[in-house]
Amino acid sequence: MSVLLLDDLTVRFALHQAEVTAVSSLSLALEEGETLAVVGESGSGKTQAFLAIMGLLAKNGSASGRALLGGTDLLALGSRDLDAYRGRDIAMIFQDPMTTLNPTLRIRTQLAEVLVRHRDMDLAAANRAVIEMLERVGIPEAARRAEAYPHALSGGMRQRAMIAMALLCRPKVLIADEPTTALDVTVQAQVLDLFRTLTRELGTALVLITHDLGVVAGIADRVMVMYAGRAVEQGPVDDIFYDPRHPYTLGLLTSTPDPDRRRDQLLAISGTPPSLEHLPPGCAFHPRCLYRFEPCAAERPPLTPVSIDHAKACFLSETLARPGRAVA
Amino acid sequence: MSQLLEVDGLNKSFEITSGLFRRPLELKSLQDISFSVGDGETLGIVGESGSGKSTLGRCILQLLRPDTGRVLWLGQDLVGMPAEQLRRHRREMQIIFQDPLASLNPRMTVGDIIADPLRTLMPELGRAERRERVVRTMEAVGLLPEMLNRYPHEFSGGQAQRIGIARALITEPRLIVCDEPVSALDVSIQAQILNLLLSLRRRMGLTLIFISHNLSVVRQIADRILVLYLGRVVEMGPAERLYARPLHPYTRALLSAIPIADPRRARQRAIVELRGEIPSPLNPPSGCAFRTRCPQARDICAAQRPPMERLPTGESVACHRWRELVEG
Repeated sequence: MSVLLLDDLTVRFALHQAEVTAVSSLSLALEEGETLAVVGESGSGKTQAFLAIMGLLAKNGSASGRALLGGTDLLALGSRDLDAYRGRDIAMIFQDPMTTLNPTLRIRTQLAEVLVRHRDMDLAAANRAVIEMLERVGIPEAARRAEAYPHALSGGMRQRAMIAMALLCRPKVLIADEPTTALDVTVQAQVLDLFRTLTRELGTALVLITHDLGVVAGIADRVMVMYAGRAVEQGPVDDIFYDPRHPYTLGLLTSTPDPDRRRDQLLAISGTPPSLEHLPPGCAFHPRCLYRFEPCAAERPPLTPVSIDHAKACFLSETLARPGRAVA
Repeated sequence: MSQLLEVDGLNKSFEITSGLFRRPLELKSLQDISFSVGDGETLGIVGESGSGKSTLGRCILQLLRPDTGRVLWLGQDLVGMPAEQLRRHRREMQIIFQDPLASLNPRMTVGDIIADPLRTLMPELGRAERRERVVRTMEAVGLLPEMLNRYPHEFSGGQAQRIGIARALITEPRLIVCDEPVSALDVSIQAQILNLLLSLRRRMGLTLIFISHNLSVVRQIADRILVLYLGRVVEMGPAERLYARPLHPYTRALLSAIPIADPRRARQRAIVELRGEIPSPLNPPSGCAFRTRCPQARDICAAQRPPMERLPTGESVACHRWRELVEG
């Protein structure tokens, strides 16, 4: 069953002279308990799409389309009404925990407030639930650490406290925007492991926004690849990694260095991502694409199915030969 | 391979003020670092936050003065060398920084930025000669000579890093210290810059010291690796061997935690879970600095600091138990 449905989500920003479209006609269905990785580089729209459904766009931004959580369209709600859902049914966390945690409040105080507010708990019960959740996310001596202010915790502990806060109400959907990017690699491994355990135990669906395909491979069930505001490919994690059908997906894969092998040259993608103000006509990726042919500059390829759960927005009909590897 | 650079017993501390009337704390950033770099070789320096890797890069170039120890450049000690004499060596060793845009003066044109080191380091060059050199260097790093009069803000991150590389190459150095040169870049651009460094090294016979927290990236370029933990070398050896058969438990844990962009391998991998996080360098653990997180730690590890063992193969490792762990 889908817990979150995005239908034709479009996000625009008004600049002083122009308007840019950061996200164009994004549609997706997030299933209960699954982990969906949203992959893309800077400017791909991966973060803005989800800020939009949380009602967190910058002042000059606006969203259209629908974002159905259960039967409720989040985009149709005002900020007041959204508060009934945010933090309770859907939560979002960020790369820097200090954007979420209030530096002037003890960890316990700010976490308990979530439960008092959304679950109508009395303070004593909320405090107990907070300590329990802090233990669950792997904070040692949770009762003592709960009395600390955020600055007194290490980076990894703050990240855990933020995750605990987001999960307190057992939301159906957790959106995590680059949650491990600022962490050291050994701590990143701990936090990713925590996500795996918690989503399994609590049945929370996780949207993991990241630029790191290594992180994706280790945690995602499904992947959506974004480029210049659009989904260019989506499918099960193994299909995306072993049978990519969009040249951009393939380019990301061959650009990513492999710690187990050394290559003389990485197969990079040439050029740079386009500016949203001056998107190329047709497929936005075509100026950088090794596989482009006539229609690519003239027309934008729609997202079309490759198989029942795998889709790509590319005119090429064949499988892509992965350089240096035979294609089955 | 003749030795271009030898670092011998290098120490560097910083004083940290902890309040107006309190005694400053001493942060031992680097302790007893020794290694050498051969002509044409690429040495990778890896470590997590607080390992001292960036400080080490700056101490090598005398951008920071080491407290004690020697930095021998072709046999001559740079530590304590008079400024005038040091300047003559500076053209032979350059640095590339992580944040390309932040390291370029926004009020200077690209041509002036790239030519800047020549003013102080090679004042004997005439105007025409200088310009000719700038154009030649721009072409070598994939910048168009007509960009000469543009300003840094007009460039993307990848292009800005090319400008940074051109500025480093302009004096035709023999050694370049690359301090996280691709960490701020998107994956597709990261691969372009790595490829550029690989090809420049080949074409110009450069020696590189490549500092990074990203072990997948280092794998692509380094011949030999030095692993730092809390300001000390824990292991050093040829890249091939180190990635395949790490000797130190920290190296093993670090390698096992790298995210691999391959779902099947990611699922099969056993991650060596480390307890907790990196301790504060202000208050490092007694004995072996890694022992608080080491799954293999015994009493001796808290009591005594493991000596640096130099193997006949030229490799080194600092662990009381490495032999029994590798053999068992």
